[in-house]
Amino acid sequence: MPVRVNTSDPAFLCTLQDRYSGFLTSADSSERAEIEFDVDLTPITFADPAADVRVTHRLGRWSLQRGDFLAEWEPASRRGRIRQTANPYSIDAVLRIVHTLVLARRGGFLLHSASAIRNGKAFLFAGVSGAGKTTISRLAPPDATLLTDEISYVRRTDVRNRDAGYTAFGTPFTGELAKLGENVSAPIAALYLLAQGPENRIDPVAPGDAARSLLANVLFFAEDEELVQSTFHSAFEFVSRVPVSRLTFVPDARVWDLIG
Amino acid sequence: MARNPRVAARSLDGEMMIMSGRDSTLFTLNKTATILWQSADGTTPLDEIVEHRIVPEFEVGKAEALQDAEALARDLASHEILQISEEPIPQQSVSSGDAAGDAR
Repeated sequence: MPVRVNTSDPAFLCTLQDRYSGFLTSADSSERAEIEFDVDLTPITFADPAADVRVTHRLGRWSLQRGDFLAEWEPASRRGRIRQTANPYSIDAVLRIVHTLVLARRGGFLLHSASAIRNGKAFLFAGVSGAGKTTISRLAPPDATLLTDEISYVRRTDVRNRDAGYTAFGTPFTGELAKLGENVSAPIAALYLLAQGPENRIDPVAPGDAARSLLANVLFFAEDEELVQSTFHSAFEFVSRVPVSRLTFVPDARVWDLIG
Repeated sequence: MARNPRVAARSLDGEMMIMSGRDSTLFTLNKTATILWQSADGTTPLDEIVEHRIVPEFEVGKAEALQDAEALARDLASHEILQISEEPIPQQSVSSGDAAGDAR
């Protein structure tokens, strides 16, 4: 999903180029941006710098607010504006949120999970902080291509085909590993719910538990009934098409013998 | 008693799951709540649902089952899953992820 960011601040531009290297295209690329933001770097005094994110929709325009940014985005024009300081984490959060809004309408979602490609297939490793996303990413063998250690980008492979599966894409949204994913994609072969334990093993997960676990790990911020419902149904479609298992592992590289 | 159209519902492997569109809270209904949800068509009175669906299923007395069902219906209504009224409620379709609009 091409994203264009406009800033008149050369130093901030360099920061973004560094942060999203590997996912950059030429500014004169003919590919039309699906999300475009003008960034105003302003020394705003926010009412509550620690305020949680709020994402609301009114009159065809999304409003995104957190203690460190104010943003608006209009789906019809695909354009928006961000007011923030030169903090790259602020724009990173805005881009994550807007991706969740766009993906929700397309049967996809961002998922709290690491993901990697092995033997042409993508594998997702979901879990809350501390479950082992960073660890399993760090343990990935050389023949595995890391898509992300933190936020997986999941999309229906073909939204017009009800039988189509799902594809995982690399993202520049990093976690503790602070290493960008590769800008590649592959069909998703499995979702593993991570747990750390005394041995490496894969156990089946009941469909209801799979759906609940998936929903618990989907990134979603919007206070919007229609998008909530879309995301809810997307999660059920996903678990009906992608095998979901529990992966218990000890933190060593042999866990990857079970993957792929 | 009617299903609240502002929720999304899915049945998966015998489990009925409901998500509030307002605040994204996820509910998993037990067997009795699932019967109430499936039977809440806006016109059928609760005592009929109890008599025809709950009493045969659980082999309990009607009076006791009705008392429990009323409490459960109020609880589901407090979570905005069901709407309850003394009068018939026009039933709007609930988001179920398919064109039919009925909970699966």
